[in-house]
Amino acid sequence: MSDTVEQAANLQIRSVLATDCGSTTTKAILIEKVGDGYRQTWRGEAPTTVEAPFEDVTRGVVNAATEIQELSGRKLVSAEGRIITPEQSPDEGVDVYISTSSAGGGLQLVVGGVVRSMSAESATRAALGAGAIVMDTFATNDKRRPHEQIERIRQLRPDMILMAGGTDGGTRKHVVALAERIRAARPRTRLGGGFNLPVIYAGNEDVRDDVTELLNEVCDLQIVNNVRPILEDENLAPARDKIHDLFMEHVMAQAPGYDKLMTWTDAPIMPTPGAVGLIMQTISRQRGINILGVDIGGATTDVFSVFSEIFNRTVSANLGMSYSVSNVLAEAGLPAILRWVPFDIDEKMLRNRIGNKMIRPTTIPQTLEELKIEQAIAREALRLAFIQHREFAVGLKGVQQDRTIADAFRQGGDDSLVQMMELDLLVGSGGVLSHAPRRVQSMRMMIDAFAPQGITELAVDSIFMMPHLGVLSTVNEEAATQVFEKDCIIYLGTCVAPLGPVREDQPALRVQLKMPSGELIDETLDSLELKLYPAARADEVEATITPLQRQLDLGAGPGKPLIKTLRGGVVGIVIDTRGRPDIQIPSAASQRVPLLERWVHALGEYPEEGS
Amino acid sequence: MAAIFTPGLKVAEHAIVHKDRRLPLEGQVTVAVGDQVTADQVVARTELPGKIYPVNLANKLGVDAGRLKEFLLKGQGDKVSEGELIAQTPGFLGLFKAEAHAIVSGTIESISTITGQVIFQADPIPVEVDAYINGKVVEVVPGEGCVVQSAATFVQGIFGLGGETKGVIAMGVNAPTDRLEASAIDDSMAGKIIIGGAYLDLAGLERAIAVGAAGVVTGGFDYDEIKEVLGYEVGVAITGGEELGLTLIVTEGFGSIQMAPATFELLQNKAGKRASINGATQIRAGVMRPELVVTFDDEEVPDQKVEAPEPVGITIGDQVRGIRAPYFGSLGKVAGLPVEPVVLDSGSKARVMEIEFENGELAVLPRANVEAIER
Repeated sequence: MSDTVEQAANLQIRSVLATDCGSTTTKAILIEKVGDGYRQTWRGEAPTTVEAPFEDVTRGVVNAATEIQELSGRKLVSAEGRIITPEQSPDEGVDVYISTSSAGGGLQLVVGGVVRSMSAESATRAALGAGAIVMDTFATNDKRRPHEQIERIRQLRPDMILMAGGTDGGTRKHVVALAERIRAARPRTRLGGGFNLPVIYAGNEDVRDDVTELLNEVCDLQIVNNVRPILEDENLAPARDKIHDLFMEHVMAQAPGYDKLMTWTDAPIMPTPGAVGLIMQTISRQRGINILGVDIGGATTDVFSVFSEIFNRTVSANLGMSYSVSNVLAEAGLPAILRWVPFDIDEKMLRNRIGNKMIRPTTIPQTLEELKIEQAIAREALRLAFIQHREFAVGLKGVQQDRTIADAFRQGGDDSLVQMMELDLLVGSGGVLSHAPRRVQSMRMMIDAFAPQGITELAVDSIFMMPHLGVLSTVNEEAATQVFEKDCIIYLGTCVAPLGPVREDQPALRVQLKMPSGELIDETLDSLELKLYPAARADEVEATITPLQRQLDLGAGPGKPLIKTLRGGVVGIVIDTRGRPDIQIPSAASQRVPLLERWVHALGEYPEEGS
Repeated sequence: MAAIFTPGLKVAEHAIVHKDRRLPLEGQVTVAVGDQVTADQVVARTELPGKIYPVNLANKLGVDAGRLKEFLLKGQGDKVSEGELIAQTPGFLGLFKAEAHAIVSGTIESISTITGQVIFQADPIPVEVDAYINGKVVEVVPGEGCVVQSAATFVQGIFGLGGETKGVIAMGVNAPTDRLEASAIDDSMAGKIIIGGAYLDLAGLERAIAVGAAGVVTGGFDYDEIKEVLGYEVGVAITGGEELGLTLIVTEGFGSIQMAPATFELLQNKAGKRASINGATQIRAGVMRPELVVTFDDEEVPDQKVEAPEPVGITIGDQVRGIRAPYFGSLGKVAGLPVEPVVLDSGSKARVMEIEFENGELAVLPRANVEAIER
């Protein structure tokens, strides 16, 4: 923390300006102390100015701050064109200015380790946790021959390489072999500029001298503690911190205008996803809940989770809604997308439309039909990104574990840390979720894509404020969480969904709800249904829900009733009897389309025809 | 907030075009500022490092890695020829000798006494960059390349496959609404750039490849046929390295869409002229579009690099095209620019434009779904 921030923390921060310099847009928010608490009061945005003809990121920052200045009447930009800190008066300056950045494609790393599922995986986790995009992961056992690996390292032009390998006192030969390959490739930096590529070595401490001898000449070698000092433990923080330092010193310092921006901010500039991860961890820790977050963008989709206090982040680099939309089609396949489209459509036409979105990525759906197609694609992008996340978010491999009988019967026998029955809060972010014309559409997309089980609250980030709040949490955690709860997050409601396949011809659940108005609801829900019970966030709904099929489990055990207080949101409580872990949808269009229409109608997702 | 502006595709009968000609690695620039160059003339050359071939010689010789150097006949940095003897063990009483030979001609890059690995680097690969278009060298970046400038007809497409090539323009259709049929493509089109209309199907593309055409320009092409021709799907629009046998440029988009009449007319007027085309497309930061360039070789061009004017926003009366359903590919002109956002049929709220289409229909489109036709 810088001196300024420490002083400000001691003095009680009155105001904060936070910016996120994205690839295309720089978003600024103003946070002010209002009464006893902090609120996000104004926002502004402007095109990011990293590329020609401007080539100075601070111009976009100043433009976004100027928009806030004009709207709020608070002077934020000095005559010299920089952010005014600290606060001079309630109408001038802010106590703290902070920023995140993903401009210029974010932070791109290549990761190496000895065994793919062990040290290489730990290094990948450290890189992703720092907010990086992992371009490729090398391991001595990754099935590529050495010369193929060397060719690939040459082709990739990362911002840095993170090299792990071996436990302390473990293999020497394989670590040296990896370093030899990096040396042979003589990797170059993405931004050029005559700098040696930063390589962080976070492997077997006994091999440091050998690695130094091999790499010191050709790279800017940095040595930190081993990410995997023993098989049973990971130590990711030193590597992650070093990545952040180098991000500031090398990557940011070479990007146009960042040298200036770095002197303006009161805390280090963080990679945007790194900041989102921080706020997720803060909320999970403070509320003692398991949390899953997703940020779906045009090119990439990030998934974050904190389960049993273990944080994981993955980035699906080619799953997105515009630049990468055709890749969603390629990876999911057309039938997977079509199963969410509530009308018949010619397949060739749909492929062409998706291709046209890829080449004109900034277009938006004008018709309802286009919106429905876009939201169908979003479900698949989210679903695929989530599958990748679940596969990655596992306990340490190579460790002998004691298993209990309960573990043996755990869902599907999978070893992911992300268990949907244990999820408390699912948070969505990104244009297609945050800006859906109706909030119920966001809720439905998230339910379909993530298939939550048991009782799960759902929310969206109102205006993509999580990065700002993540970096703010490093300066003032209290302010960050207050704004998160009051202004950032919009609670959509709660999803109730039993785990287990449903028998389609039988009723699935008996639902008894005591609504805040005093109204008592007691009804039976058929299988393959979605039902919405409107209730606000402040409402407490006393619920007794009883499975009517023995295999169905709401979290209390198969066939057992669940008694719980549920909370609503801007949408309400959605009860979903479509089966879990996979939602049961018929593949034939003649059966599927009427069913999809019924679900759309049940939740009031779209304007009805003729209304 | 800054005005919403969707940059359009440039279709200019006359423009000052400059092309950056850069080496992938530092090398030698063979031209000077002021030089007149032709499209095929080499302007810079370099040598790319050869491929790397690691071989575990210790294993091969059956010796301990730490003793490897004792048996090597060559040292680090030495030149070797493919098949040359580079290591030998004495064996036992002159028998059971183990030998190792160079697997490639090149240099010994490194020898490891820890892993027993010897890394060979093959001989460098020469790389030359040509001028791509006829013109004048207006800038030289020592060791890296140059900028060639020319007066030219310049047409951008929206999506392409394949890299730079050159050829004489030949018409494959009579009107921008026509499909380019395989039957219209014959052997006389070898080495030429064939201009199509609204649509090209897979059979047409395969025929063009078969006759040895240099390129094809079409209004529309089906997205799923890319997979047929490449063997894989293009999931992200970053292209240019495909080895298709020709360069494909799509001017409007995927599906059957008439080529913009202005584009078609311009290309028709250039039939018989030599053009340079490039299918490389990159739709991300640092956007790159496929292009066709026909230079005016008689025209004197300025000695200094002429920067393109800053694009201006769309104003009433400007020619535009719809770039999303339900008006995808429709051409018209801007009739109104309402300030207030409007709720669309999708339920989203967005800033819009009123467009008068060529068929007389007046419609309201989100600004994001409209593209200027730049001239």
